Amino acid sequence: MPIETPLLSLEGISKDFYGNTVLSDVSFTVEKGQIVALVGENGAGKTTLMRILFGMPVIADTGGYGGLIKIDGETVKFDTPFDALDAGIGMVHQEFSLIPGFTTTENIALNREAMRSTLACEVFGERLSVLDRATMTARAESAINRLGVKLDPGMLVSEMPVGHKQFTEIAREINRENVRLLVLDEPTAVLTESEAEVLLKALRHLASQGISIIFISHRLHEVTAVADKIVVLRDGAAVKQTASEGVSVRDIAAWMVGRDVEAKRTDREGRDIGEEILKIEHLWVDMPGETVRDVSFSVRKGEIFGIGGLAGQGKLGIPNGIMGLHMAGGCVVLHGKNLQLNDPRAALEAGMAFVSEDRRGVGLLLDEPLDWNIGFTTMQVHGRYLKSYLAGLVKLRDEAGLRKLADEYIKLLSIKCTGPKQKAKELSGGNQQKICLAKAFALKPDMLFVSEPTRGIDVGAKELVLQSLRHYNRDFGTTIVMVSSELEELRSVCDRVAIVDEGSIAGILLPDADIAEFGLLMAGETRKEAVGA
Amino acid sequence: MRKFKDFVTDFGWPRVIIFFFLVGLFIAAPFVGVRIDTSFSDVFTRFGQNGILVLALVPMVQSGCGLNFGLPVGIIAGLLGGTIAMQLGFTGWLGFFGALVIAMPFAVLFGWLYGQLLNKVKGDEMTIAMYVGFAMVTFFSIMWLLLPFTSPAMVWGYAGQGLRTTITLDNFWGQVLNNFLAVRMGNNFFLPTGMILFVFLCAGLVYLFFRSKTGTAMTAVGSNPDFARAGGVSVDKMRTISVIISTMLGAVGILVYQQSYGFIQLYQGPLYMAFPAVAALLIGGASVNKATMVNVIVGTFLFQGILTMTPSVINSVLKTDMSEVIRIVLSNGMILYALTRKTKVSK
Repeated sequence: MPIETPLLSLEGISKDFYGNTVLSDVSFTVEKGQIVALVGENGAGKTTLMRILFGMPVIADTGGYGGLIKIDGETVKFDTPFDALDAGIGMVHQEFSLIPGFTTTENIALNREAMRSTLACEVFGERLSVLDRATMTARAESAINRLGVKLDPGMLVSEMPVGHKQFTEIAREINRENVRLLVLDEPTAVLTESEAEVLLKALRHLASQGISIIFISHRLHEVTAVADKIVVLRDGAAVKQTASEGVSVRDIAAWMVGRDVEAKRTDREGRDIGEEILKIEHLWVDMPGETVRDVSFSVRKGEIFGIGGLAGQGKLGIPNGIMGLHMAGGCVVLHGKNLQLNDPRAALEAGMAFVSEDRRGVGLLLDEPLDWNIGFTTMQVHGRYLKSYLAGLVKLRDEAGLRKLADEYIKLLSIKCTGPKQKAKELSGGNQQKICLAKAFALKPDMLFVSEPTRGIDVGAKELVLQSLRHYNRDFGTTIVMVSSELEELRSVCDRVAIVDEGSIAGILLPDADIAEFGLLMAGETRKEAVGA
Repeated sequence: MRKFKDFVTDFGWPRVIIFFFLVGLFIAAPFVGVRIDTSFSDVFTRFGQNGILVLALVPMVQSGCGLNFGLPVGIIAGLLGGTIAMQLGFTGWLGFFGALVIAMPFAVLFGWLYGQLLNKVKGDEMTIAMYVGFAMVTFFSIMWLLLPFTSPAMVWGYAGQGLRTTITLDNFWGQVLNNFLAVRMGNNFFLPTGMILFVFLCAGLVYLFFRSKTGTAMTAVGSNPDFARAGGVSVDKMRTISVIISTMLGAVGILVYQQSYGFIQLYQGPLYMAFPAVAALLIGGASVNKATMVNVIVGTFLFQGILTMTPSVINSVLKTDMSEVIRIVLSNGMILYALTRKTKVSK
């Protein structure tokens, strides 16, 4: 049997954005008619890899990539997506790129419409030819049939259910005669389970006709069900390539998240974990991109409670909703008292504080000095740092007090700055984050929400920020709820970690639980309460 | 040298250039027959007249509502105060302060309504404000005819009703502030001490207000509304308060202006009053989101200085009377310049 050249082979692909490596030496092959699943956490480099393959201009703009892409054994380099299309690669994006006011047929045939000459063409040329609707419909139908699904060619996209939109996108890609490789970026993310079933069937149907497919998904059971080969990306490297036979969902989950470090169980010495302080029942939050559907959990006094999960699943919505920054509903009980939702002031007055994930947008007054940034909220909420004049008739800002407060936190958190009067925008990301923490600490809260405390700051600063959270918890017994995308961080700091999936809690685990358990929860596989938590 | 450079960067090149231009005009003035002492006297008087109108822009700038092109709303409140005080026959100090007191409730009411409107059009405040001002002036052009004023000092002589376009303050409270502690030197120099002190008093009060809890919250709202909201501050409430204060200061500003000018100007008088004030504030170095008392004082002085000196000097050079044309070209040119120069805040 002669060795067949693979349809696509990637050899040593690497890419960095301004010195920040996102892909290093990724190699794998895709055979004709094979379904390759590409899995990995957020930020593992999947999307970047597909952008390189598809010749997106953003790659060339940021300095190109390293390594070789070969199609049928020949090296290719795509400068624009059109080159990739000509080479027979089709891409179905995460967001729908369909025209809502057009029908299925029109969307499928867009820019490749069948034309019919008219009399006017004789005089004015090709540009006056008209659409050949019959041929277009026939072609659309044949593409739909190749997919093996039912779609009405005459239906408007705006009236379709989500699943049908996804099928229309795929049908558009396979409508081209030369398409040989189809890339699907999380095609099932927006689909219901039954729709996803149909889609997977359609993919197998396509593969049996000799079209190769690269399939990106977070839903691991789909991956095991449909893929012939699984490639796991982690931190920009292809850590595992294997045939899908005999691979369990649990294995993939472990490969995905598994940095082989031991989770340090936070020592409970000198810490006093008491009664339940915060109880949340059926919370929903309407935060764009981070919708929370139905979340219930409770936190004990003095505990550090972690909330993790993939991006867009709703973990960020939880603190934002409780603190009244986004429309929320449900029941939040603090100290046995019902909290008024949708009112940031009530939340602050109840003794809660929040360090927002949106540091520059919500967390800081960039144009104001540091002492304002730190003292503002406590001044507004508790009336601190105000001095009375004329027997209490006039209250003015206590500049000296504010400066002292700022100096205190600058020293405590070792913030690098020229002094309390420096503008917040002049600080580096890590120091800005410390200012945000200082602002929350200055409120002297019973309950502190910290959202993505280490996002976008360098490694050294990360450890300092986490350390200051640990110390604050230990020294003042403050209950902390920490939301983070970085599982390792949660496991190293928290007493318990909840994983959020699709807007609700998938499960709560102890930090030293098996790494695979976390991966499974993130991928929406199992839902169970950890024992003893 | 380095210190000088720092100072210039801090103060801003445009201000340094305008300052030296102004100094140049003062030096040139005697050579073309313009009296220096009269010029100084004019500059100080105009500074005092316009100072509070410029100051009136500050609260809304600080709260993020932008430049208050709707200043005529406050001016109308001031005019109501002035005309009502006149109708009641108040004169002298009682007249001036009576007018102030009467104007305040109108200013608060107008400001509150105006604030509600501006809260509904976040992001487009300046355009909307300009048309609110225009609409208000036009509406009150009708009202000045219809309101039941009867004092013979104010109404049209031939009809016995409806207010005149200009009403003299000579027998009421004209110059009361100007003459307070005034300094006269020779025939041509006059320093309106009382008025300038009053401007500084108002500026001081606004300065203190911005050091209060509410003032701090207002500044934060202007700097980053999301931060303020997360800090438990009601953004809409702060914006409304800032508009009310701005409108109140507008009312005070016009009363001070008129007592010095000597006339109440009604009808189309207030229509374009916002523009010179805006230009002065921007030339003083304020941005659309940040303004300080220094910006107000430096800006008013430079803008009014240029506006006083340029026409008289150029007029004397050209030996024709085109001062009004030059004044219009200059003041609009300054606004244009200032608006293109506005500094952005970081987001």
